Amino acid sequence: MSLSTNRVPTSDGHFFEPGSGDKVALLNDHTRHEIDGWISRFPAGRQRSATLSALRFVQEQNDGFLTPELMDAVAQYLKLPSIQVYEVATFYSMFETHPCGRHHVSVCTNISCWLNGAEDILAHCERKLGIKVGESTPDQRIFLKQEEECLAACTGAPMMMVDHVFHEHLTPAKVDEILDGLK
Amino acid sequence: MAANPQDDLINVEVDGAPVKARKGAMIIHVTDQHGAYVPRFCYHDKLPVAANCRMCLVEVEKAPKPLPACATPVTEGMKIFTRSKAAIGAQKATMEFLLINHPLDCPICDQGGECELQDLALGFGRDISRFTERKRVVKDKNLGPLVSTDMTRCIHCTRCVRFGQDIAGIPELGTTGRGENMEIGTWIERSVDHELSGNIIDLCPVGALNSKPFRYQGRSWEMTQVPFISPHDGIGTNLFGHVLRGKLKRVVPRANEDINETWIADRDRFSYEGVLSPDRLTKPMLREGSTWREVEWDEALSAAARGLRAAGASTGTLVHPSCTTEEMYLSARLTRGLGSANIDHRFRTRDFRDRAADLLRPTLGMPLTGVETLSGVLVIGSNLRSELPLLAHRLRKAVVRARAKVAVVDSRAREYRFPIETQIARLPSEWVHELAGILSATCELTGSQPGEAYAGLLRSVTPTDAQRTAARALCNGNARAVWLGAMALRHPAAVDLRSIACEIARLSGATCGLFAEGGNAAGAWLAGAVPHRQPGGVAVTDSSGLDVRGMLEMPQRAYVLVGAIEPSADMADPALATRAFESAACVVAVTPFVTDEIKKLAHVLLPMGSFAETSGTYVNLEGRWQSQTGVSKPPGEARPGWKILRVLGNQTELSGFDYQSSEEVREELARVITERSGAAATSVLATEHVPAIAAIAGSADLDLGSLDVPMYDIDAVLRRSPALQQTAIAKASKSERAVS
Repeated sequence: MSLSTNRVPTSDGHFFEPGSGDKVALLNDHTRHEIDGWISRFPAGRQRSATLSALRFVQEQNDGFLTPELMDAVAQYLKLPSIQVYEVATFYSMFETHPCGRHHVSVCTNISCWLNGAEDILAHCERKLGIKVGESTPDQRIFLKQEEECLAACTGAPMMMVDHVFHEHLTPAKVDEILDGLK
Repeated sequence: MAANPQDDLINVEVDGAPVKARKGAMIIHVTDQHGAYVPRFCYHDKLPVAANCRMCLVEVEKAPKPLPACATPVTEGMKIFTRSKAAIGAQKATMEFLLINHPLDCPICDQGGECELQDLALGFGRDISRFTERKRVVKDKNLGPLVSTDMTRCIHCTRCVRFGQDIAGIPELGTTGRGENMEIGTWIERSVDHELSGNIIDLCPVGALNSKPFRYQGRSWEMTQVPFISPHDGIGTNLFGHVLRGKLKRVVPRANEDINETWIADRDRFSYEGVLSPDRLTKPMLREGSTWREVEWDEALSAAARGLRAAGASTGTLVHPSCTTEEMYLSARLTRGLGSANIDHRFRTRDFRDRAADLLRPTLGMPLTGVETLSGVLVIGSNLRSELPLLAHRLRKAVVRARAKVAVVDSRAREYRFPIETQIARLPSEWVHELAGILSATCELTGSQPGEAYAGLLRSVTPTDAQRTAARALCNGNARAVWLGAMALRHPAAVDLRSIACEIARLSGATCGLFAEGGNAAGAWLAGAVPHRQPGGVAVTDSSGLDVRGMLEMPQRAYVLVGAIEPSADMADPALATRAFESAACVVAVTPFVTDEIKKLAHVLLPMGSFAETSGTYVNLEGRWQSQTGVSKPPGEARPGWKILRVLGNQTELSGFDYQSSEEVREELARVITERSGAAATSVLATEHVPAIAAIAGSADLDLGSLDVPMYDIDAVLRRSPALQQTAIAKASKSERAVS
């Protein structure tokens, strides 16, 4: 891989080209408004507590994943050292720190779902989308995020989560319908 | 606050022995105090408690599970067992987990032999591993030129992370990922740049973070450890040099709570590379016309003595401010013995007026530990983090822990890792006006009247908001200090600045600090390495002695340069210095380094031991005398400076140059200082100098770069340290210079 001098590797094997100066400009008005709302819920000077929520909105703004630039933007906005934002973003599985599809699909394969045919559901997804778990469709529409552990919906097994929404009692036909409905 | 400290004591039991403990103390404090060792990795005296390694688990009576000693406060009647079956069992279990992913690469690990994990594995590890799965591998990070990484060895104690948060004031490292994928690093590739960041090498209990320049250079058990003192700033940082077969291999901190605690600056740690520079002078050399010839000591010394005797009173001596006090004293005696009073060490100083008001020596005005309890500080013309990194650290503690307020007058806004009330960033030519404003604001605030000399000055001054903020910051609380940094002392109107600063200090009841550059500026003043003071700080009655500028403007017949002096980099006016040396009949350079420049200017080169190769004494800004024995032998035929000067004294037929050791020199000086203490200059700032603001209007074209000398360019040794020169700090200052 040829690297321009500006490209900086990240710990998870990706590269980015950091811009300079004020990165706060990368956050849109809606995101800022939401972050401000969260900052106001904590005592003054404790804006670090809003990191988690801030990242959530920034990921939403960026169609499903965070970039180092955006994390720096959050750090600047919340007046934190960048590393403290990286720590949070890399710790939680709900944040993606490298490019992926905009709809996040995770099929539960924990015991109840597994006993009810989750493996077939997952295999169906993979076949239908032509990708493996952890990959995104080439059109960046769907990201087959991970085999999810128990999401506490065992009564509706097998289940999957699409963009934080639960879909239960899955059958291949129902999966087709859900996935086709994602734009 | 309890009136009686006894009230705060409670009774606990450690391994069956009843002991008193301070209420709220952690178990590990109490067990450490009473000699009951509890193994630990993440706990460190100087860092906040994290309790994430779990190695310090101990048994406590009535507690259902073992408790971490570093994070469990003692309570009345608590019975602690550090060596019980349950405690040892818990510690051994923790050790087994820690070793699961730790590679067995001790034979190729630099930490081997001084590794906390290795040591504790001996006491608490199993002899075979029950773990048969694959060990994890973590990619190494590139943290810059100073710290090497082998991240697979990391046990996630987070000492380095907490160092960034709590000591450096900026977290550069963090923990990313989680569980099996947790890593310590910067996540995006970048170096750790803080000027104290080398300390994470010592903090790391395993071989994950090590010294990059020292990588694969030696084993800890093969090296001899010798104590010495840092020559790079006026802190007097305590160091250990590690010597392998006569060669200085690395430098580590020597703990001294009163001075450097357990920290050292990166330049103290890595400047040893400059000592090993390839351009060390190893044989005496004589110039004949334009060719240089290596000669024996006898020939070189008699040639030098001839030149100096011929010049007599027309001799000028320049002693580097990082030389030992013994070298300073002998240089001063030699010069005065020749009938000259032209001796100085203040190479970058531009303003030498008002000699009579000079202090006994540059000073911090208080002990270093006192800095932590300051409540208001005004810093004038100092890039504090670069001039005195460990003082900046102490000040940071005062601000962060005791809410001290700090105001800064500087040439530009700089990054401090603690809140600053106001940074007044102005061109140096405006500093005198700024100080006048702050003086006026201080008068307003304290309701006091300035001294007569200043009244006229203040008549036309109305303080700005920033100046009022600065005065308020200084007058916060009762422990106040006004500090003049190296930039202020290099200023063309340094005496005006000093004078006004002194008045501000007087009106606000602050102590005044003068931070002259060099590791031993205080020693230089005490040893008489200034034209107007004898050893001991007594004023010279004959005022004909010339300061640096004087002796370069009025070229002398002979010059003696003592120490690693490079005129092009160390002088306020390099061109003037070069002209003066070129026109001299004899220039004797007693120097560790030989460069093309010095070969052009000097006539005799005498190879001198560097700071690490000589016995001697440094006096720090507190006034503390610290002696060392010399870490390694000087290379080739180089000799310690004091020996060279002693023989030069003999050769010029001066009496009383028969010292057998550097200790004798020191004792003689100490005696002189005690005898003359009655007549010596004061160590408290008081000056009658009337500042004349108009007089400095012409200094507006002052070269900014020459005031603000980058931290790794201040002396010849640092300029020769490859690792330091590759740091982001050095690179930033170089690119700035290229632009300007």
